[in-house]
Amino acid sequence: MSKHEKIEKNIGLLGVLVAIVISFSGIIEIVPLMSQASVVEPVEGLEPRNPLELAGQNIYVAEGCYGCHSQQIRPFVDETLRYGHYSLAGESVYDRPHQWGSKRTGPDLARVGGRYSDEWHEIHLIDPRAVVPTSNMPGYPWLADIPVDVEQTVASMKVLKKLGHPYSDEEIANAAASLTDKTQLDALVAYLQDLGTAMPKSYQ
Amino acid sequence: MIDFNDKVIKQFTIATIFWGIIGMLVGVFIAAQLAWPALNFDIPWLTYSRLRPLHTNAVIFAFGGNALIGTSLYVAQRTCQVKLFSNSLASVVFWGYQLVIVGAVLTLPFGYTQSKEYAELIWPLDVLLTVVWVLYAVVYFGTIATRTVKHIYVANWFYAAFIITIALLHIVNNLAIPVNWHLSYPIFSGAVDALTQWWYGHNAVGFFLTAGFLGMMYYFVPKQAGRPVYSYRLSIVHFWALVSTYMWAGPHHLHYTSLPDWAQSLGMVFSLILLAPSWGGMINGMMTLSGAWDKLRSDPIIKMMIVALSFYGMSTFEGPMMSIKTVNALSHYTDWGIGHVHSGALGWVALMTMASMYTLVPRLWGRDGMYSTHLINVHFWIATLGIVLYIASMWIAGVMQGLMWREVDANGSLVYSHVESIEATYPYYVIRVIGGLLFLVGAVIQAYNTWKTIKGHQSATAQSTEVVGAKA
Repeated sequence: MSKHEKIEKNIGLLGVLVAIVISFSGIIEIVPLMSQASVVEPVEGLEPRNPLELAGQNIYVAEGCYGCHSQQIRPFVDETLRYGHYSLAGESVYDRPHQWGSKRTGPDLARVGGRYSDEWHEIHLIDPRAVVPTSNMPGYPWLADIPVDVEQTVASMKVLKKLGHPYSDEEIANAAASLTDKTQLDALVAYLQDLGTAMPKSYQ
Repeated sequence: MIDFNDKVIKQFTIATIFWGIIGMLVGVFIAAQLAWPALNFDIPWLTYSRLRPLHTNAVIFAFGGNALIGTSLYVAQRTCQVKLFSNSLASVVFWGYQLVIVGAVLTLPFGYTQSKEYAELIWPLDVLLTVVWVLYAVVYFGTIATRTVKHIYVANWFYAAFIITIALLHIVNNLAIPVNWHLSYPIFSGAVDALTQWWYGHNAVGFFLTAGFLGMMYYFVPKQAGRPVYSYRLSIVHFWALVSTYMWAGPHHLHYTSLPDWAQSLGMVFSLILLAPSWGGMINGMMTLSGAWDKLRSDPIIKMMIVALSFYGMSTFEGPMMSIKTVNALSHYTDWGIGHVHSGALGWVALMTMASMYTLVPRLWGRDGMYSTHLINVHFWIATLGIVLYIASMWIAGVMQGLMWREVDANGSLVYSHVESIEATYPYYVIRVIGGLLFLVGAVIQAYNTWKTIKGHQSATAQSTEVVGAKA
């Protein structure tokens, strides 16, 4: 303990030692993940989101859906019965930020794609209690009235391409055209309908 | 006499009480929305999913942050017997920090968010916060470096670790490429982003809500009790154990996800180890009352501090227990997690802050004591009752949800749909609203008591010789 006195009388030493002991975990837990193939390689068949789905992802993020919905199916019998095959890391490599979530006030959405019709989603997003009477989800009626932000979506694709999402120049050039007359609601539904669909049907 | 800068401390104190009420008010409102969804009113900026990040950011960073920065600068001046390193920089830190908070209020409800939990602020606000934080570090460490006493008091070790670690966490977790003035994409994606996020998220708890508030505890508990810290040796051991262990525990937020197993197991082991240094802090705080236990009867501030330490001990037992994978399989994604967070946030962080403010306010404004000791006692009981209602309802709701989700019948089919678990939860959501409302009422009582103290009023009860709580 007498040696500790040195630290107690030297703020620089204290600060450096704190900085050292807090650094180990990041170096040992996070850095190796960046080169683990199962974590950073996309699963077979996974494509980066098309412009409408990407606009939908931006809306999912902006509205804060992650607060009540996870996108991560755990390998338990009840979860695979309810939601489908458990999630693989390679399915979320194009998710920035990840949307695994931490709370299921509503159900998991990792494989919600294709489970309901577009029309069901539209009604449900505008007025959840019209289709699920005891739901406590808020309604998002304004999404149907607001056009998607074309400029932002195109800019998003360019930034994501820099970050390694394999968009071709042609896809980016054609993006604006594919977004004409689309509402935020169209985009969000397109995003939801794409979730978890990269895996072969037998896995979903 | 040393020319202590108490002006900026007063500003931080008032900001703490103000933002506390705002943050808790938003919390009560969103809790009510979960019980009565009509309260969303179909108005975008009043919608639950947009307000929830405002609640978490307001209570953690506005209420907790103002309390930590304010008390750290107060404690540094007193324990180092020196004035602040720079009064003008300290003022910049105060107003800069308020600007970040106002920025959060003006962006989060309007859908400008990064959607990373507890790091929702958009990139321009992240940059501003980084600048303010560096200036705060300059003021704090500058004050310590120019101290006139040789020894650095233990409270400052914790504040120092808090400042350094939060800087690292904030910068790494917010590394992103901007798309426009509000939207950005993190440089990490998928599982790497998930672990980075929870390395940040868990240690926002570990260093913001734990180390920082232990610093507060190490000054204000001995001060209020009039006793020295129980064990010098224990404070050294648990400080280094806490600082080196906490950072590893993040992966327990990602049990059974597609994060590789080795990382999950490592996170679980360190989470279990974490119980020891956490309880080291609790024991050191509680035992500081050795020889002065009678103050539990006569001083509601001490009572509040000891209950805060009890909640700290309880939630740091619950946390490691929930990090055990088998338990986590049931508890994760349910309201049990919300209950756990609030036993720490309301029970430990908020009560320790409120008690420290009761110690601090009369000293800052040169009064003999708070305007009304009786009102402190009322605050204590209302807040404690509120916490109990809150966490008990969320425990029951969480365990119930976990059990309903996994229930399969003899044929191997699921028994309950998801929405049936929501239907079963409504009564507990209502109880939670009542608990939160009581806690908010306590905060308003404190604001009133503080206002009267600052104005220099003295209530009749403050002058009487009645010993609060000793009637029975």
